[in-house]
Amino acid sequence: MKTVTDKHRQDSWNVEGGGTLAADRQELREPLVEGRPSLGDVTETVSRVVEGKPTKLWYATVTVTGAVAAWGIFTLLYTAFTGIGVWGNNQPVGWAWDITNFVFWIGIGHAGTLISAILFLFRQKWRTAINRSAEAMTIFAVICALIFPIIHTGRPWVAIYWLLPLPNQMEMWVNFRSPLLWDVFAVSTYFAVSAMFWFVGLVPDFATLRNRAKNKISKWAFTFLSMGWTGANRHWHRYEKAYLILAGISTPLVLSVHTIVSFDFAVSVLPGWHTTIFPPYFVAGAIFSGFGMVLTLMILARKLLNLEQFITVKHIENMSKVLMATGLMVGYAYGIEFFIAWYSGNPYERFVFINRAFGPYSWAYWTMVTCNVFIPQLFWFRGIRRNLLITWIISIFVNIGMWFERFVIIVTSLHRDFLPSSWGMFTPTWVDVSIFAGTVGLFLTLFLVFAKFIPVLAISEVKGILPWAQPKHGHH
Amino acid sequence: MKKTAGISGIYQDPDLVLKAAAEIRRAGYQQFDFHTPYPLHGLDHAMGIKRTVLPWISLVAGVVGAAAALHLQWWTGAVDYPLIIGGKPFFAFEPSIPIAFELTVLFSAIATVVGMFALNGLPKWFSKWQNDPHFLRTADDAFVVTVDAGDPLFHAEKTRGLLESLGAEHVRTVEYDEE
Repeated sequence: MKTVTDKHRQDSWNVEGGGTLAADRQELREPLVEGRPSLGDVTETVSRVVEGKPTKLWYATVTVTGAVAAWGIFTLLYTAFTGIGVWGNNQPVGWAWDITNFVFWIGIGHAGTLISAILFLFRQKWRTAINRSAEAMTIFAVICALIFPIIHTGRPWVAIYWLLPLPNQMEMWVNFRSPLLWDVFAVSTYFAVSAMFWFVGLVPDFATLRNRAKNKISKWAFTFLSMGWTGANRHWHRYEKAYLILAGISTPLVLSVHTIVSFDFAVSVLPGWHTTIFPPYFVAGAIFSGFGMVLTLMILARKLLNLEQFITVKHIENMSKVLMATGLMVGYAYGIEFFIAWYSGNPYERFVFINRAFGPYSWAYWTMVTCNVFIPQLFWFRGIRRNLLITWIISIFVNIGMWFERFVIIVTSLHRDFLPSSWGMFTPTWVDVSIFAGTVGLFLTLFLVFAKFIPVLAISEVKGILPWAQPKHGHH
Repeated sequence: MKKTAGISGIYQDPDLVLKAAAEIRRAGYQQFDFHTPYPLHGLDHAMGIKRTVLPWISLVAGVVGAAAALHLQWWTGAVDYPLIIGGKPFFAFEPSIPIAFELTVLFSAIATVVGMFALNGLPKWFSKWQNDPHFLRTADDAFVVTVDAGDPLFHAEKTRGLLESLGAEHVRTVEYDEE
C-alpha cells in the first residue's frame, strides 16, 4: 500500500531539485541513517532482534562469558570466606587490583552518560543510534565497579555500617569528612540516575514492543514495563521536559563522579596522588576509556545485529574523534604531572615520577603511554577513523591502556614510600586475576542479555531524526 | 457495557498533523490529543499545551536534597556524635559540598521521573482507545488524533466531519468496555 507517508518520505529524500535550505544541507551532510528506511522499517529492524529466537552464536558466547562470571563469583565468595589476605596486596601496597578495577569500571561507565546527557544538550543527533547501548554499558560497568569497594572491606556483610549513614553498635556514624564516603554517595547516585535515565528512554520503545507482542508472556511483560505509554502528545510534552532536565542534571553529575573518585587519591598527602590536576585528568580519562569500550562493543554489535544502517561509519568516525580528543587531554595530563613534579622542587614528588617511568614498574607505565597517547594518534588519518578493523583494534588498546593507567597511579605511588626500608613490590595472585576476569565476564554477559531482550536502538529517537520525520514549518 | 471513548482518525504526514492540531484547537475542543511514535516539533504549540510545572518540582526536590545532605552531615558530625578526626572541624561547608551536590542531583532526578509519570497519570495499564486497531500503530508508524467523548463540544457527526475535513483517514467512533 502506497501511503501518504511513503510519498512524503520519497519527496524529502529526493531533494536534489528545489528542496528547502535545511533539506539541502541535510543532503550535503553524510546521512545519520542509511538506506532510507520508513518509520515501520525502524520498528521492524530493532524489534526483530528482540522478538526473534537467540542465535547459536549468542548461546555459545553467553555460555562462555557466563562461565567466566560464575568463576568470578566463586572467587569473590572464596575471598569473603577466607579474607582479603588471598589477594596480592600487602604493606606498602595496600590498594592494588581491587581499586584499580573499581576505577577502571567506573571510568567505562562515563561514556554512556556523556552520550545520553552531554551530547543531548549539544544537540548531537548522531547520539540516538548509540545512546541506548552506551547507557546500558554504564549501568553494567557501575555494577562491576561496585563489587570491588564492597568486597575490599573484607566483611561485606557489615560494610553497610561503613558505607551508609547508619550508626553502628556504638552509635557512631560514618565519617563524612572522608572522600571515600563522598565516593559512596557519588557512585550510588550515579547508578540510580543512570538507571532512571535509561528506563525513561526505554518506556516508549517498550510500548512499541507491547503493541507488537504475539505471545502472552511478552505481552504482559512489555505492558507492565511500558507503564501504559500511549504516545499522547500531552504526555510527550512532559516526557521531553523530563528528559531535558535529566540531561541537564546528569551533565554535572557525570563530571562530578570521576572528580570525586579522583578525590580518593588527591585529598591524601601521598606523592603521586596529591595533585590538583587529578579531577579533570580523571574525567578526561574516564570519557576516553568509556568511548574505547563503546567502540569495542558497538563495532561488533552493529555487525551481529544487522544495524549497519543505523550505526554507520560516520558514527564510528565521530566516536574515534572523541577518543582522539580525550586521549590528547590524557596525554597532556601525563606530561603536566611530570612538569609539576619537577617544578615543585619536592624530592619525594620527583622521585615518585622518575620511579614511575624508569623504576621496576616502568613496563606498566610505558604500556599505558603507548596505548593511550601514541596509538590513538593514528586517528589523525581519516582513512583509519573509517576503517572498522583498525578502529576496533585501537579501541582494545585503549581499554588495556586505561586499565594500566589506574594500576600505575595506584601501585607505583604506593610501592616505594618515604622510607627505603619499607619498599616493596606488588604481585597479583590467582584470586586477583580471577575476580577481575569475572567482572569482565559479568559485564559481557549482562550486555549480551541486554542486546537480546531490550531494544538496542532508541526506536522513538531514531524515528525522530529521520529527515522527513519533523514538520517542515513546525518549529519557531 | 459499551461506552463511547470518542472519535479517532489517522494521519501519516507530520505537516498535516500540525495543521489539524491548530484547527481542532481553534474549533474550541479541549479534550483532544495526538498519539505519535516520537515527539513532533511544534505540536505542543499547535495544540496549545501549557508549559508543564515539572521543572519546578525538580527544582524544589533539588533544594530539599541539598538541605537534607547538609543537615545530615552537620547533625551526625557536630551534634549527635562529635568526634575529632585528623583535627578537622566537626562541620564545615567545604568538605560537605560533594555529598550536598550528589543528593541535590539524586532527589531532583527521582522527583523528575516520578513527577513526569504522575503528571501524565501513569502507570495506567488500560486505555479507552486500546481497542482501536489503528491505535496500535501509534507506537509504530502513524499519528492518531483522538477527540474524547467527554469534551463539551463533542458531537458524533460534527466532530467526525471536522476530522475528515482536516485530512484524517479512517475516522471512526471508538467504544470500550466498562467494568
